[in-house]
Amino acid sequence: MSEERCLLEVDSLVKEFGLRRGLAERITRTAVAPHRAVDDVSFQLDRGEILGIAGGSGSGKTTLARCLIRLIEPDGGRVLVDGVDIGEHSGKELREMRRRLQMVFQDPYTSLNPRMTVGAALHEAGKVHHRPGSEDEDAFVSRLLELVQLSDRFASRKPGELSGGQRQRVSIARALAVDPELIIADEAVSALDVSVQAQLLNLFLDLREELGVAVLFISHQLAVIAEVADWIAVMRHGRIVETGSTQEVFAHPKDEYTQALLRAHPHPDPRMRFAAN
Amino acid sequence: MSSLLEIESLRVQFPGEEGPLVAVKGVDLAIEPGEVVGLVGESGSGKSLTCRAVMRMIPEPGTIDAGGIRFDGKDVLAMGKSELRDFRAHSVGMIYQNPFGSLNPVMRAGEQIAETLRVNRGLGRSAARTEAVALLDRVGIEDPERRYRAYPHELSGGMCQRVMIAIATASSPRLMLADEPTTALDVTTQAQILKLLAQMSAEQGMTMLLVSHDFGVVAQACDRVAVMYGGHVVEAGPVETIYHEPEHPYTRALLNSVPELDSAGNVRRRAALSGHPPELSDVFPGCVFAPRCDHARPECETVSMKLADLGDGHSTACPVRPFAASGSGPANGAAKVERIEA
Repeated sequence: MSEERCLLEVDSLVKEFGLRRGLAERITRTAVAPHRAVDDVSFQLDRGEILGIAGGSGSGKTTLARCLIRLIEPDGGRVLVDGVDIGEHSGKELREMRRRLQMVFQDPYTSLNPRMTVGAALHEAGKVHHRPGSEDEDAFVSRLLELVQLSDRFASRKPGELSGGQRQRVSIARALAVDPELIIADEAVSALDVSVQAQLLNLFLDLREELGVAVLFISHQLAVIAEVADWIAVMRHGRIVETGSTQEVFAHPKDEYTQALLRAHPHPDPRMRFAAN
Repeated sequence: MSSLLEIESLRVQFPGEEGPLVAVKGVDLAIEPGEVVGLVGESGSGKSLTCRAVMRMIPEPGTIDAGGIRFDGKDVLAMGKSELRDFRAHSVGMIYQNPFGSLNPVMRAGEQIAETLRVNRGLGRSAARTEAVALLDRVGIEDPERRYRAYPHELSGGMCQRVMIAIATASSPRLMLADEPTTALDVTTQAQILKLLAQMSAEQGMTMLLVSHDFGVVAQACDRVAVMYGGHVVEAGPVETIYHEPEHPYTRALLNSVPELDSAGNVRRRAALSGHPPELSDVFPGCVFAPRCDHARPECETVSMKLADLGDGHSTACPVRPFAASGSGPANGAAKVERIEA
């Protein structure tokens, strides 16, 4: 494995969803232009860096994430991991690529198997991908739980006994079980209470520091991205409308939509109320 | 005192296998006419139930088992069926988190407003229609004549919430209850709805109780705020005071957890609370927050959780008041990393 800095390169990625043709279109045989959910998106992500993807609902954030690991097939463009196009892989090689890019989803209540203990779920992930150390289940699970700051006793619990924040930690541990180089966190903290959300944001920063894992952090909340991300890309209608370091983009937003998002942020300081009041 | 709404020692409980589960454990809250009061807290803190209790709309099998609710001097809990119906129709309006789920999907949006006007204000068909279009216009819906005929699925989330606000204000209620009215909306839409609510309270003197998990939302719209945790109000006061000089350790921790735009380019760990919010079945002898509190002392095991007045409308349930001397804003320390015990 090469140790170049650039881990992920996305080049002109496109995903279109066909619209159903109505009766009139079918009779007159007119084509309906497909909806471009991801429209010519390009960016790069270096090892150990955190890139925030921001945007409102329907902006294409999640579709982009799913295209990156080919959960859905993109219609154009390339996704390069260490310079290798994942679109050319299949079978065993694709599985190896997917191991390196792991995803954590928004809803910790539906993304874990309710009938499997936490330990079994973590061990299974490691076993499937033949991770070193996975022969010794207890030690393997214990190390993962420690990474996400949970005690060993969680290994025998089932998801139903855990709080939302604990489940999300388990989801992150399961992603870490296969030694990924990139974690794609799709609204991973959005469903959590703010106090738990702050704990999880700290955890992402710890993991980056300890494991050098890169994170693609998708959120509709700009403030959450401000907390963790080095870089930000703002999406609207499937396009990246602005990108740069979070510091630069938040201090000097150039795009109108970015400016509107920043203006709409409900600041907790009552002295910073919306201008209209 | 001539409070419009007075809630006193409100308790809401649900039957459980091992005795009742108490979700609201003695909430006191008063709202003056024209005031916008925020009720902020995390999930399970009892904020939504407190709000629903005002309309006596606690979901089955929950019950209000103790306490008093007085609206304009009238005892809400003692109201009979028809009196309660009248109270719900004319005195209070309510908007919810999910505007799609609250509207009838097979009825035109405008007609749902007109129906309210015919039933509650006894208007005739054409008068109700005219008034409904005027209401749509007032809540900031462009082209109200056309939108009157739209079905909910043809409207965006923000527009549906505007329609809900139009319905809730159709009978000019004296009190508006807004339960997480912007949580399901995009930030830009959220800002528009908050502006609309603030504008309505400023122009029409509408009194409002706004429930939210987001302190930012409350700070944007409210004059006063009550912070809830584990079924209790732990601190209440003017929103500026609560933000700048929080006295209760939970309020401080909550504010400390709120992500802020200013953090961009200055990535640091926040002093996050350890542990997680209490479960309904947890029973605490004293302060509900003591198990997660850095400032807990032995006497916290026996405190009553009653609010103590600090002057200027500010009150706290914390007898220790560890920040009383400092008086500074939320502090940021280094977070401890500990493994969570099962």
